[in-house]
Amino acid sequence: MSRLDVAGVTVVFDGTTVLDDVDISVADGEVVALLGPSGSGKSTLLRVIAGIIAPDAGTVSLDGVDVSALPTHRRGIGMVFQDNQLFPHRSTLDNVAFGLKMAGVGRRERDAAAADWLARVGLDGFGSRPVTELSGGEAKRVALARTLATRPAVVLLDEPLTGLDRELHDRLTVEVSDILRAAGATAILVTHDRDEAAAIADRTVTLGAPGTHR
Amino acid sequence: MDERRPRLNPANRLPRRLVALLAVGPATALAVFFLWPFATLLAEAVDGRAVGDTLRRGTTWRVVWFTAWQAVVSTVATIAVGLAPAHVIARYRFRGRRLLVGLLTAVFVLPTVVMGAAFLALLPTSLDRTVWAVIAAHVVFNLAVVIRMVGAVWEHLPPDMEAAAATLGASRRRVVTEVSLPLLRPALTAAAAIVFLFTFTSFGVIRVLAAPGTRTIEVEVWRRATQLGDVGGAAVLSLLQLTVLVVVVGWSARTQRRHSRALDLRPEAPRRAARTRAERSTVAAIGSATALVATMPLVALAVRSFSTPTGWSSSAWTNLGRTEIRPGIRLGIDPVAALTNSVRTALWATLFAVVLGALASLAIAAAGRAGRLLDVGLMLPIGTSAVTIGFGMLIAFDTAPFDWRASWWLVPVGHALIAIPFVIRTTIGVLRSVDPMLGAAATTLGANPTRAWWEVVVPMLWRPLAVGAALAAAISLGEFGATSFLSRSGGETIPIAIERLLGRTGSLLQAQGYALATILAAATIVLVTIVDRVQERT
Repeated sequence: MSRLDVAGVTVVFDGTTVLDDVDISVADGEVVALLGPSGSGKSTLLRVIAGIIAPDAGTVSLDGVDVSALPTHRRGIGMVFQDNQLFPHRSTLDNVAFGLKMAGVGRRERDAAAADWLARVGLDGFGSRPVTELSGGEAKRVALARTLATRPAVVLLDEPLTGLDRELHDRLTVEVSDILRAAGATAILVTHDRDEAAAIADRTVTLGAPGTHR
Repeated sequence: MDERRPRLNPANRLPRRLVALLAVGPATALAVFFLWPFATLLAEAVDGRAVGDTLRRGTTWRVVWFTAWQAVVSTVATIAVGLAPAHVIARYRFRGRRLLVGLLTAVFVLPTVVMGAAFLALLPTSLDRTVWAVIAAHVVFNLAVVIRMVGAVWEHLPPDMEAAAATLGASRRRVVTEVSLPLLRPALTAAAAIVFLFTFTSFGVIRVLAAPGTRTIEVEVWRRATQLGDVGGAAVLSLLQLTVLVVVVGWSARTQRRHSRALDLRPEAPRRAARTRAERSTVAAIGSATALVATMPLVALAVRSFSTPTGWSSSAWTNLGRTEIRPGIRLGIDPVAALTNSVRTALWATLFAVVLGALASLAIAAAGRAGRLLDVGLMLPIGTSAVTIGFGMLIAFDTAPFDWRASWWLVPVGHALIAIPFVIRTTIGVLRSVDPMLGAAATTLGANPTRAWWEVVVPMLWRPLAVGAALAAAISLGEFGATSFLSRSGGETIPIAIERLLGRTGSLLQAQGYALATILAAATIVLVTIVDRVQERT
């Protein structure tokens, strides 16, 4: 629930300019869809915002404060990775409760909150399952619950609905949209599906097409 | 700046102090227990008199000559004997194939002393204690090297290429000499280099199996240092051996680079069942002969532990704890005490190796260039020989303030030094394969870099560490080279007791030696099977 400003971000690697002087602003509570052909640097931009990748130039600000020098864990920015990155050695419940554990929330309280989040993404009672046994759609929802459980100021979603079958995709599109609205989160959603972007986001930004992101 | 991957946020890096803290233990152990003893050994050797005396002595060159020729003959014989089973195992599908590979691997990991004892048990008295017994033991010991390394390439060579040669008029034999062997040459060179290194530095097999006058450089180092008190001469010989090892490793690396060609290695050519009657009987004959050669020594070991001049008896087993050989006459070797000593030593050595190996792995995986230095440093002990390690520690730790010769932990530390490289190799791969984005995911959930590492990377260590622990225990239980220098009377481990018992006359003592060797063989095979099972499941 913060305003996010990306200004002049440039990333070069392997001799290629992946992001060239990108500016994006997202208002408090706004959900923006980031479209663009593959290789246009959408995922890289999310990683720059989260503080995983250091840009060669440019800044990231939250509510007007430059957070470019901060490590990831101090930014309060949550991220759902394209391949989920669930912790394979922890149960589903422990995955969802991880952020609360890091915040110092006691065991009973965080387990209750995590169980609550599992119910909200439609996985009531999945807590004790090993994450390695979840289906693609289930794992995606766990990743979503894990990120939202920490109530981040900004949520970044990297192609959260890619690779799911049609029916699940359509159902989750509605669910993700509802969950983000209910959480009142400021969010950036990376996708290459225009319909998905229209269904979830307030606004669409296209990366890689000159002028549009300016 | 030309980078393959984008630059990660430096603020997310693991604190330097933590990496340094991880590295300090293993680095200190390496410096104190390996580098310093090695430096002491060097200092002893460069003393001018010792070099001159040793190089002028006739025995030195006799020992070097013997070491070299027995190693060459052993290597050539191992390759010659190993080619047929390597071909059969690589190309044919037959019942018991996997069991045969497992059996040969089990033989390969047996302690050297057990292998010596097994051939002593197997061969008739007229043959044991001869050079031929030693070479036979070397061949059976190292068969797995040839079969695994050469077989691995062989099973990927397209059989059609051999068929193509046949259509061009090549006879069966010409196909092998003109097509198969040249293509296998890099693998053969590599296998030969490894077998040569193992047999050139042979110590345990020779000490148990050969007559006292039959000495490799390793045995001569041990004899000069511990029996004759000629530390300088022993040090010179150690360095002489190390020079040969470096030359051989360098040569094999160079020829392999030169001969490695872009072999169009197919995904494993399907193994097929033998078709014609002649083919079937050849496969059966080679398969069972190989199995027989690998099992016979072990069977002989167990059988001999029950045999006495007056017939079969389990007295060696039931009297394992009795040191009294005749009423009132005691012998300084107590098999049961050796068992307890070995178990205690192995437990401590495993603990040291696992803790230091885990810390080192974590440090190597987290640090960049400095990590590689630590990695290479900790690999050095397997590059030099166990005898060199034991000898170095013996002469480095016998004067104040580092007079540690009497300390109970010196032998376990020596074993740990040899086991740490294996612990690191089993763990580092797993640590390196952890997706950095998994740690990044933890930081997006509010974990600081250290916490993310602790929660995500460290837990990955437990399983490979269990494998490393089993390997370390097996290594410690069978270690003979370094222990020969460091063990003190009353503190004998199983391998030391086996060598002593088999060196005595008296059928009960011999049978006790075989009984101990049987126990050690069984323990090693059990530990290595555990390692294999756990690794297969991951």
